[in-house]
Amino acid sequence: MTASLSGKAAVVGIGETAYLRGSDKSALALQLEASLRAIEDAGLEPKDIDGILPYASGAAVAEDFITNFGLEDVTFSATTPMGGASCVAAIQAAAVAVATGLCRNVLLPIGRRGYSDSRVASRVAAMPQFHVVSEFETPSGTIAPAQLYAPMARRHMELYGTTADQFAEVAVTMRRHAMLNDNAIMQKPMTVEDHHASRMICDPYRLFDCCLESDGGAAIVISGAERAADTRRPVPIMGVAEGHPDSPSVITQRPEITRLGLAKAAPRAFGMAGVRPEDVDVAEVYDCFTWTVICQLEDLGFCAKGEGGAFVEGGRIGLDGALPVNTHGGLLSQAHIVGMNHVCELVKQMRGEAGRAQVADAEIGLVTGYGDLGDGSLAIMGAAA
Amino acid sequence: MSGAATELNPARPAPEPTIDSKPYWDGLKERRLLLQQCGDCGLVRHYPRPMCADCHSLEVGWIESSRQGRLYSWTEVHHPFVPGFRGEIPYVMATVELEEGVRLQCQMLDAASAGLRLDLSVEIVFLEVQDGLVLPFAQAA
Repeated sequence: MTASLSGKAAVVGIGETAYLRGSDKSALALQLEASLRAIEDAGLEPKDIDGILPYASGAAVAEDFITNFGLEDVTFSATTPMGGASCVAAIQAAAVAVATGLCRNVLLPIGRRGYSDSRVASRVAAMPQFHVVSEFETPSGTIAPAQLYAPMARRHMELYGTTADQFAEVAVTMRRHAMLNDNAIMQKPMTVEDHHASRMICDPYRLFDCCLESDGGAAIVISGAERAADTRRPVPIMGVAEGHPDSPSVITQRPEITRLGLAKAAPRAFGMAGVRPEDVDVAEVYDCFTWTVICQLEDLGFCAKGEGGAFVEGGRIGLDGALPVNTHGGLLSQAHIVGMNHVCELVKQMRGEAGRAQVADAEIGLVTGYGDLGDGSLAIMGAAA
Repeated sequence: MSGAATELNPARPAPEPTIDSKPYWDGLKERRLLLQQCGDCGLVRHYPRPMCADCHSLEVGWIESSRQGRLYSWTEVHHPFVPGFRGEIPYVMATVELEEGVRLQCQMLDAASAGLRLDLSVEIVFLEVQDGLVLPFAQAA
């Protein structure tokens, strides 16, 4: 049976800094700033935080938050080292911690200088999860996610006829959404032709298929359901799960490289939430690359394997479509805050506080994480009371 | 495909063999593609690691690959993420499914004229890319 965390935890606070290309603040300062905003948004004070789940591959550890906030008795800390799936996987860990009473209010902070400091190829090379790739594949010429993930997209195109036009549909839609968001980096309109004219990075990925590198911080606070009821606008966590793909350390040996860890997580999270994909009103989907969105929509169960390209056509994932995706602009056009920006956006949607990008009458939404060569995570949330 | 893959390139990242992987790297130096085979159940696995995921045996044997396989997927790399490969772009990274049932990722030689497609027949050849570092490459069979 599925262990159920449904209704036992809620996101009670969110906080974001300005998202920039070029910041004079340290990565730690950025996430402390975001954390303060999240704690204030919840109507709490720093001393109320007794659990910390920092980003495993980031610039700060739990001790940094204990020190800077002067916390006297943190009872739970952990990390979820799953690359871009970390932030949503941390929601599961936090929900376990508050549901069991290990702690009351868990802070999930992240901050980075992805534009101003080290870029992605050197960041992932430093991650222990990449040691197999580093030894056996990097000497031949691959380490960056664009290089490692491009063969997944290529195979999907060859097997199912997925097209660059469909990739462009994702990129153009994310850009259109970003232009509704004052805290999105990319504000210049993008057309399908612009996408096709952008320079090739790793075939089939062009520049506009790839996410941004940016500076910024984001944080959320998660509390147990009873405690959450006393906060400003708690957003209930209905279902949450993580999934690890077969051959998690190296994509090359995976039985089928077009199927992600999310395919294992999705039935668990939907089952826990007691809802189906067709019940979802808004989806914030980890978009490190355009095709990654298409593949995740399949693995989430919105369509069959191979049909994701056709699924995103015709405006379906736009704000006025049947399934609005990445209403904030995503990693592709808002900023790359490892998907914590996606979590914050979902909470806004569930509160009805998403501004010009608000999906009318949004009652059920989801947010995914994807990373670390195929790990997946998924949280399903309901409308704020 | 740039022919520069064979040029001396001191900045190319070199592997750091482990106790588990040293026979693989030593085999490449002798221009042999060695694959691990479970010493108990006979399952072939790659890349080298201590345990058979099927029977959990720690007994390790090695077999020599036929070097014949099929193209499983590929990407043409245009952006030099790895500094040591700046002089080689664009190059094609091939994912090759070997006859033995495991896959190998390596650069593809003469990719422009190979007519890349799924299941293209390829063979593995060896090039010494810098002193003491012999790597597998794929080419159309």
